Amino acid sequence: MIKKTPSAKKSEVAAAGYDARQAPINAKLGQDEKIQFYRDMLRIRRFEERCLRSYQQGKIGGFLHLYIGQESVAVGCCSVMSDNDHIITAYRDHGHALGVGMGMNELMAENFGKYTGCSKGKGGSMHYFDPSRHYWGGHGIVGGQIPLGTGIAYALKYKGIKGACMAFMGDGAVNQGAVHESYNLAALWDLPVVYIIENNGYSMGTSQERSSAGESLAGRAAGYGMNWAIVENGHDVYEVRDKVSRALKLAHEQSKPTVLEIRTYRYRGHSVADPDSTYRDKAEIEAYKNTKDPIMVYQHALLAEGVLTEEIIKTIDDSARAEAETSAQFAEQSPYPTIEDIKKDVYWEVDNPQDKKSVGSLFFD
Amino acid sequence: MADIIDMPKLSDTMSVGTLVKWLKKEGDAVKSGDMLAEVETDKATMELESFFTGTLIKIFAPAGAQVAIGAALCAIGKPGEAVEAPAAPAAKTPDAPAASAPANESPAPAPAPVTVAPAPVAPAAPATVAAPVTAAVVADPGPAGGPRVKISPLAKKIATDQKIDPSRLTGSGPHGRIVKADVLAAAANPALLAPAASQISNGKSQIGALGAKGPIQPDRLVPASNMRAIIAKRLLEAKTQIPHFYLEIEVDAEPLLAVRSQLNAAFEKEGVKLSVNDFILKASADALRRVPGVNASWTGTGIQYHGAAHVSFAVAIEDGLITPVIRDTHTKSVFAISAEAKPLGKRAKEKKLKPEEFTGGTFCVSNLGMMGIERFSAIINPPNAAILAVGTTVTKPVVKNGGIVVGQTMVLTLSCDHRVVDGALGAQFLAALKDLLEKPALLLV
Amino acid sequence: MPLITYREALRHAMAEELERDPNVVIMGEEVAQFNGAYKVTEGLLAKFGPKRIVDTPISEAGFLGMGIGSAMLGMRPVMELMFFSFYSVAFDQIFNNAANIRYMSGGLINCPIVIRGPANGGTNVGATHSHTPESIAAYHPGIKVVVPSTAYDAKGLLKSAIRDNDPVMFMENTMLYGETGEVPDEEYLVPLGSAKVMREGKDISIIGHGRAIQMALKSAEMLKHKHNIDAEVVDLRSIRPLDEETILASVRKTNRVLLVEEAKPFCSVSAMLACIIQEKAFDYLDAPIRRVTSVDAPAIYSPPLEKEQLPTPQKIFDAALAVLK
Repeated sequence: MIKKTPSAKKSEVAAAGYDARQAPINAKLGQDEKIQFYRDMLRIRRFEERCLRSYQQGKIGGFLHLYIGQESVAVGCCSVMSDNDHIITAYRDHGHALGVGMGMNELMAENFGKYTGCSKGKGGSMHYFDPSRHYWGGHGIVGGQIPLGTGIAYALKYKGIKGACMAFMGDGAVNQGAVHESYNLAALWDLPVVYIIENNGYSMGTSQERSSAGESLAGRAAGYGMNWAIVENGHDVYEVRDKVSRALKLAHEQSKPTVLEIRTYRYRGHSVADPDSTYRDKAEIEAYKNTKDPIMVYQHALLAEGVLTEEIIKTIDDSARAEAETSAQFAEQSPYPTIEDIKKDVYWEVDNPQDKKSVGSLFFD
Repeated sequence: MADIIDMPKLSDTMSVGTLVKWLKKEGDAVKSGDMLAEVETDKATMELESFFTGTLIKIFAPAGAQVAIGAALCAIGKPGEAVEAPAAPAAKTPDAPAASAPANESPAPAPAPVTVAPAPVAPAAPATVAAPVTAAVVADPGPAGGPRVKISPLAKKIATDQKIDPSRLTGSGPHGRIVKADVLAAAANPALLAPAASQISNGKSQIGALGAKGPIQPDRLVPASNMRAIIAKRLLEAKTQIPHFYLEIEVDAEPLLAVRSQLNAAFEKEGVKLSVNDFILKASADALRRVPGVNASWTGTGIQYHGAAHVSFAVAIEDGLITPVIRDTHTKSVFAISAEAKPLGKRAKEKKLKPEEFTGGTFCVSNLGMMGIERFSAIINPPNAAILAVGTTVTKPVVKNGGIVVGQTMVLTLSCDHRVVDGALGAQFLAALKDLLEKPALLLV
Repeated sequence: MPLITYREALRHAMAEELERDPNVVIMGEEVAQFNGAYKVTEGLLAKFGPKRIVDTPISEAGFLGMGIGSAMLGMRPVMELMFFSFYSVAFDQIFNNAANIRYMSGGLINCPIVIRGPANGGTNVGATHSHTPESIAAYHPGIKVVVPSTAYDAKGLLKSAIRDNDPVMFMENTMLYGETGEVPDEEYLVPLGSAKVMREGKDISIIGHGRAIQMALKSAEMLKHKHNIDAEVVDLRSIRPLDEETILASVRKTNRVLLVEEAKPFCSVSAMLACIIQEKAFDYLDAPIRRVTSVDAPAIYSPPLEKEQLPTPQKIFDAALAVLK
């Protein structure tokens, strides 16, 4: 079953004159779909802004890793998923969760630690899950989810399902051993997986230059004979869609893995409690916001295309704000898990006593 | 209606933030996303972002303030809109562990200014003694019931069931431990029981119940009150940082006691009741006038001499002590001092003194004479340079006019800060004090 | 009943479950073409083919994580660690991902994976290859830990583990692979969480798991022979879930307890048992609980000394007499 992948090559889609909007996956887009991407990006941003406020009000514990600035990546990727595709990501997971269609209410409630949260308040902001939407988390350890994503791809292939797994990581994760072990397995066994490095330039407070050797992060795939590509304009939802859909196609049709590096940028601290001033200038953030903000850029494009009007923009914004506000109210009014809930969802057997096969004690307090 | 901006939680471990600097001032226009202020958390200095658009109409927390999470920082509304500072924050979600922690830490009130009087402290009322432990069941020799009997848990249980006193058993296990076999053997053959042990043991227990063998009080840890913490800190500093030395002198108290009773008798109708202490306060002020070098303070780089003598006196109060001050004692008569000292002492015990009534003393008197103490050494109450410890008047044989007679004496001990007061100076002061007290008429002029 | 080896019993369990459930795959280093580093999976590749019996690179974090991911999607991978000691290379995958995924997803995701391999000392392979991490694994809620000491249990427990919907760490013993035992031809399961009284006695309970149980049985014979002491020997078989009832019943019966295991003493399974026993059967103890464990140092290489570092029948015999003093 072991078969060598043909020599790795970097996808040649970045040639001069490349216009992502004209790519087949985008050229056929209807007005509604285009507006939907805009709405999805804006919903992520408004949701997270509301999260930040709730965090500062002390409603949300622990960390809060905001995705603001990277919205085009999650929306672009999720928009090209087919019915049999799956997704797994790290702890900056709000965008992908909304991208696959999870609701603000269950996400905000999870942040608040409420029983109505997507993980019943047991996971928190870093650990969202919804397998019914093929969304496998939400993982807290840098790079730790990548073997899992590889395993999901393995299971798809084993079961003969024509699908793929998109396994997201940040630019810091590329230096974790588990990521490289996964690359090797995926390339060795031709697994239908798309590794997506969301390169926002900083692993927490350490820039790429200060943490990763070599010229490109995705280029490391070459060592494993894997296809790879860089999405230079990660703020452009069209370009993200085009390149990710090509990688998915390779996975679907040839069961080949790809490493994609999507260049993007985060506006907030690693977690919102972490200061920015130690490693980057405000001017850098402002410059990106002013020229490459994914929502702004897309809004301008759609205005130019005549798809959006100021009126629609306002309606969408008002509705996203209202939805976010409602989610905060929902979370506020929701109950916390009970003391009894602490010991539920630990063992399948304990939660399914009618099918319990083992005997003896599973808890010791 | 104006939007109130509260101190946000800016880190996972933050409970209080320091408002480092305002980036906007009252009257400035603010839009959502603008930075309002810099806030220092336990992790970093962060910018406080506005979620509102409007005008910064009121700042509640000045730069430099430490503010608990949830307490109001400023208000954003329409220009000219009236706004009141909200009350201290209520706990946001008392049932949520993460959110409730900071809520407990509302801004700490400034510690009440407590001037610490010199040691030693009058002993506190004895704590209630726990009810004596009654003898446990016969099979369970507790700590109060004599030497511990080594017995395995199982053997103990069987002994209890069989009503066998383990102290009558001999253990065959390691280290003489009584094991199951020993209890079963004794149960089968009572001759194996040591005969008198039970009676002795029971007798002891009965006496124990009556004879206060229980603990003198429950073991307990009492957190320091604000006052106790300040006393502890300041006295430790005084005792460890001031180079103390001590001088002692015996005073013939007879003339003083005689004058005191004459005056008290003469002015009884006016309600005058002079205490020995009133005279000592007066004498101290007069002695300071004679030897002003003692009315001084060490400043770290020099000696501050005080023109006025403000003599304070230690008062034991619940959970501590305090030193009310007779201001300008050097200008006052013993009657005036007495009239001032009494209400001061009373209000001190009620903890109703105003700060200016217990601060600013230049010399201190501590008197344990009323408790029968003959002599003691006090700890200096900084920034004073000396403190006078007054013992009780003792009736004893003294040599007077070449013969031994019954006299009344009193021992005065002066604790001096050697940085300010040398031995000779302190001795001069005590000699002056002795002279004044033994010639009490001088105190009345 | 036929006599087969512990190794064959494991192999039979896997073969039966491979036939029973198409979602079962066997994965690990050298499990297929090489026929297993310890020959446990010998012949399975020939019978089930490369899709079901998969050789992995030496990449424990990668392939265990991959197995966990595939289990999340409904497969039942049986992952072999050539030595259980290599679990530490995949610690994050096992204890952050497999152990927590059900909990952190609020019960939405299961992880029916079995991680199996030999966890023992005594073969002079040095400290890196001689770990006995039962207590470390069992420390983690969400994980189950099984340690068979006989061929019969090896087969019955492994079949139960593969069918279990929670992650199971299945710790074998290279010193037992060649030991034979009676194993019936017909199918059977041994449920997780049931201890087994291997030898009945009234004077002392010797409780433990793994190879230490085989030693305890020898010690019990010595105690009977030399001192006419009837020792009861209880094999835990499963660490988590734990059969507290069988343990406590034995303690209540004999009133004296000796705990034995091959692991190091600090925070070990026996330390936990001692706590449970004093808490739940204090009034039944006629003497302090004692333990026989490995000597508290990394596993020594030197062959004659490694024997001394591990429990021996003699050490268990001596400790039992001390408890009975």
